[in-house]
Amino acid sequence: MSDTLLHYVLIPFVKGLVTVLLLALAAGVLTWIERRLLGRFQIRKGPNRVGPQGFFQWIADVVKLVFKEDVVPSRAEKALHLLGPLLLFVPAVVVLGLVPWGPEVTLFGVTTPLHAAADLNVGLLLILAVSTIGVYGIILSGWASNSKYPLLGGLRSAAQLISYEVPMGLAVVAAILMSNSLSMVEIIEAQRRAGVWFVFPGLVAFFLYFVSGVAETNRTPFDLPEAESELVGGFHTEYSGFRWAVFFMSEYGNMISISAVATTLFFGGWLRPFPNVAWLSFLDVVPAFFWFTGKVFLFLIAYIWFRATFPRYRFDQLMALGWKSLIPISLVNLALVAIAVLWGAAGLKVLGAILVLLVAAGLFAVWRRPARPRTSTTMASANVEVRA
Amino acid sequence: MSESTPGTTAQFPPLAGPPLLGLHEMELNFGPQHPSTHGVLRLVLKVDGERIVSARPDVGYLHRGTEKLFETETFPMVIPHTDRMDYVAASTNNHAYCLVVEKLLGVEVPKRAQYIRVLLDEMQRISSHVLWLATAAIDLGAITPFFYTFRDREVILDLFEEYCGARLTLNCMRIGGLPVDLTPGWLEKVRAFAEPFEKCIDEYEDLLTENRIWKERTVGIAVLDEKRCIEWGVTGPVLRAAGKAWDIRRALPYECYPELEFDIPVGRNADTYDRYLVRVAEIRQSRRIVLQCLDWLDKNPGTEIRGKVPRVIKPPAGEAYASVEAPKGELGFHLVASGGNKPYRLHVRPPSFINLQALPEMAQGHLVGDLVAVIGTIDIVLGEVDR
Repeated sequence: MSDTLLHYVLIPFVKGLVTVLLLALAAGVLTWIERRLLGRFQIRKGPNRVGPQGFFQWIADVVKLVFKEDVVPSRAEKALHLLGPLLLFVPAVVVLGLVPWGPEVTLFGVTTPLHAAADLNVGLLLILAVSTIGVYGIILSGWASNSKYPLLGGLRSAAQLISYEVPMGLAVVAAILMSNSLSMVEIIEAQRRAGVWFVFPGLVAFFLYFVSGVAETNRTPFDLPEAESELVGGFHTEYSGFRWAVFFMSEYGNMISISAVATTLFFGGWLRPFPNVAWLSFLDVVPAFFWFTGKVFLFLIAYIWFRATFPRYRFDQLMALGWKSLIPISLVNLALVAIAVLWGAAGLKVLGAILVLLVAAGLFAVWRRPARPRTSTTMASANVEVRA
Repeated sequence: MSESTPGTTAQFPPLAGPPLLGLHEMELNFGPQHPSTHGVLRLVLKVDGERIVSARPDVGYLHRGTEKLFETETFPMVIPHTDRMDYVAASTNNHAYCLVVEKLLGVEVPKRAQYIRVLLDEMQRISSHVLWLATAAIDLGAITPFFYTFRDREVILDLFEEYCGARLTLNCMRIGGLPVDLTPGWLEKVRAFAEPFEKCIDEYEDLLTENRIWKERTVGIAVLDEKRCIEWGVTGPVLRAAGKAWDIRRALPYECYPELEFDIPVGRNADTYDRYLVRVAEIRQSRRIVLQCLDWLDKNPGTEIRGKVPRVIKPPAGEAYASVEAPKGELGFHLVASGGNKPYRLHVRPPSFINLQALPEMAQGHLVGDLVAVIGTIDIVLGEVDR
């Protein structure tokens, strides 16, 4: 009887609690990493006063936000105004709970998979379904604020998130084809059996998934719903204090969730590189959980790098990119992957090799491209001439 | 073109059809408190979804009655007030005002003072243009160029501080010349900044010029062709990007500009991207002028900084107009003197204000996201728009 209590109540409760806390903690630490890294990108220092290297800055920020006055616009739709941030935050936690962080582990004499929820046989479908709910959070908070800028932000995000869910879904289908399963654990095991991470045969699918993921999380260059220079704060213009903090946490939580799913689908989850090559087994000294978090971390760095590099797309250009480029590419990619899977085990390896060679050739061409000529008086542009 | 009313162009005809549920258009207040109106500009937008049906600028939130204030001050005391018009390019304001008073007085400015004035103006142009670049890029979501440009602008401001004690409101010219002579070693410091500065401009261009998203956001946005520019009285980089090589430094030369070598960058497509390219090219040209001024000053040492100016400045009764090429366009002062020690009337031709008139036409038919690019591309300073 106590066994039932342990396995059906206590362990799931602890795991759920750990997931929520870990996500909140990781989001906080991530803001510190982002600000320090942006500082490096932008020839400045970033926060460096609170604690060593400014590490406790995020705690100070959280404290400030919690004690800040919680302003609700007087004619706002109060209930929905409250519901908005929650609807954005909860899906991020649930998705992270559905992703396996490692294989079975034994802690305090209890053996359990490192996985907050059970390993569902429709795990991937549930992830897609749950992450879609987040868009309601943005639309409702934009609408409930009873203000024009949030309304525009909400409308933008509605269109954006729905558009980018299509290429994202199609990219995920490619991973499903390769692994022949919807279960997250099974997808990782399939990558172990195939001897190759799905990122190689699924290079295009991974690219599509990650680009759509950036759009889904409203990050630069797709941060239109909250575009500061255009819509002030977008959907969260009328939020302050802790409600705003929840939005902030959800953005970072969503980044982590998207990265975690990308890691699982395309980068072998907790597997070490080349899981079947025996002489690399010394890599196993690093526990599986750290392989997983390390990969997720690399994705997060990429997010921050994007933010330092790219200007923002315009709304219609964003839509055009989604519908006219990403969706056709993902359909073609799906056909290619399907053919490779039909071919058999060798098919995936051949497809992966071809794609890797193509990317290498492209990089080589970029590397060999001549530098733009510059002189002190003119620029290397046909648009501008100089007249004495 | 005479039948065309402001704010409507053939390119973007007004939207037709009955309003949908009475919600066809929404009125949106853009500013005066908004992150990218560069101060207290207020635009009343009519938007259909995100498309701008009309944009009406509402100026005056920073109006301080500067032109009236001029009339209460003696001629030398006007100079600090000019600082506060285009406060990111104070030296060209000082310069234009001093020129008009000198014109009426008939004072000759010594050559050395002329070169120092031009040196200050061109450093100011660099600092104003890099500030424009920083803000225009951040408006379009590119946050990184901001820090690179500010790194270099900071050096220029430090140099100004060393010369005249102020970083922004310089008050760095006097009627007939300059207030003080150069600090020893200052010219070497300017050279130490200007010579490697070319690499910094390359860095800005690496970040933006071939950046695909930057091009998508700027090419073809806010087109204002040469004809419309001239009809609106638009000057400066906006006019030059439309293909007209009109630069007061060459068209109506003042000071020692005829002796200096520099080119006028001219664009082809009259869009936001060409204006960006023209401004970056102008930064390079300004650097060229700075280096030439440094060479001349090194070769011609001296202490002359001021012409023969009477102790009490009382220009004869009459009118004069003088203008300079400010970073934003033609900055002119029209002085009416009555023979007293104060201006009877001093009218300013502010490039920001006159260029801003073209905004409704440039913005119409674009999306709200483009509006920030349109405001940025005109390069307005509200201190000068409102005065």
